[in-house]
Amino acid sequence: MLELEFLIIFMILGAIIAIETKDMLSSVVAVGISGLGLSLAFLFLKAPDLAITQLVVEILCLIILIRATLRRDLPFSTSGRWYFNTTVTFVFLGAFLFLSYFILKELPSFGQPLMRVSEFYLNQGKNLTKATNLVTSIILNFRAYDTLGEATVLFTAVIGVLAVVRKIGRK
Amino acid sequence: MAGSKEVEWGDIWHNPLGGKERKMLEQKNNNTSEQKNKNTLEQTESKGMSLIVKTITRLTVGLILLYGIYIVLHGHISPGGGFAGGVIIALSFIHLMLAFGKEEVLKRFSSEYITFFEGLGATLFLGIAILGFLAGYFFLDFFVDKGAPFNLFSAGNIPLYNIAIGIKVSSGLFAIFVFLVLLRVIKDKDKQ
Repeated sequence: MLELEFLIIFMILGAIIAIETKDMLSSVVAVGISGLGLSLAFLFLKAPDLAITQLVVEILCLIILIRATLRRDLPFSTSGRWYFNTTVTFVFLGAFLFLSYFILKELPSFGQPLMRVSEFYLNQGKNLTKATNLVTSIILNFRAYDTLGEATVLFTAVIGVLAVVRKIGRK
Repeated sequence: MAGSKEVEWGDIWHNPLGGKERKMLEQKNNNTSEQKNKNTLEQTESKGMSLIVKTITRLTVGLILLYGIYIVLHGHISPGGGFAGGVIIALSFIHLMLAFGKEEVLKRFSSEYITFFEGLGATLFLGIAILGFLAGYFFLDFFVDKGAPFNLFSAGNIPLYNIAIGIKVSSGLFAIFVFLVLLRVIKDKDKQ
């Protein structure tokens, strides 16, 4: 898993560059590094469905971010530090890492899942649904309620954008 | 509502079949032609990109759309599925919009069509799910003969779900992009 660690370092470097760059466009492009690196990581972990979706959604997000940030004077403060905010952030970060150390010790190790429910899907999925792509057979047959919820989330997002962008009521 | 000259963005809710957006764009054209010297940047942007980009777009946009449809239809055989294919279809429309400008594209696909397809996709998904009641319960596969694996027409109603999700995701994401682009127009109009 050497390439995964290399990819993770690459993604963290991209995120740091995105924070530290003054230019907005360079920052948006640097955010894309972490997304494309995540897509490659999915490919190394043998999840091509997720890799395709992540790659395509990353491109869409980049286009929307560039259209939204380019040539618009967003308030982008580089001066002034809020010591209280920084202190609160570090305290919560420390508490989160301290607690997650104990929780992550209890989880099964990487690459060795428990396989209680998914055992049934892997063994019986092809016979029951006749779909050779097991991911699709799970998300659209065994777990179709989840997909209905996901579709509802997207529908709500579109309605939310329409409601925020509307002109009536913004006086 | 029909007699009002001031076209409000919220009119799309009250009168979904009127050509309000075309009117709005025409009005915007008049505004920009009056102040051509002031915002030439906006003017060139609304016309689209250069000739090279337009020519390449004419060649590639059909292939991208076809690839998205392929991924949606083969979601139960190969990696992909409704969501990924739907995003690729939306990206082909966005590609067209970035290259040719928003007027050219919104003349053909107005946002009424987009919201119609958005609702159609969601209703189709829910309708296929409710059709499971024919066989017994919600979300049940109602096909008796599911076909052989590795065939295009197989796997029961999974391809139908994929098509519904593809319609929904493509129109939904394109709708978000269109509304975020049109937001700039209204903001610029408010400033003047």
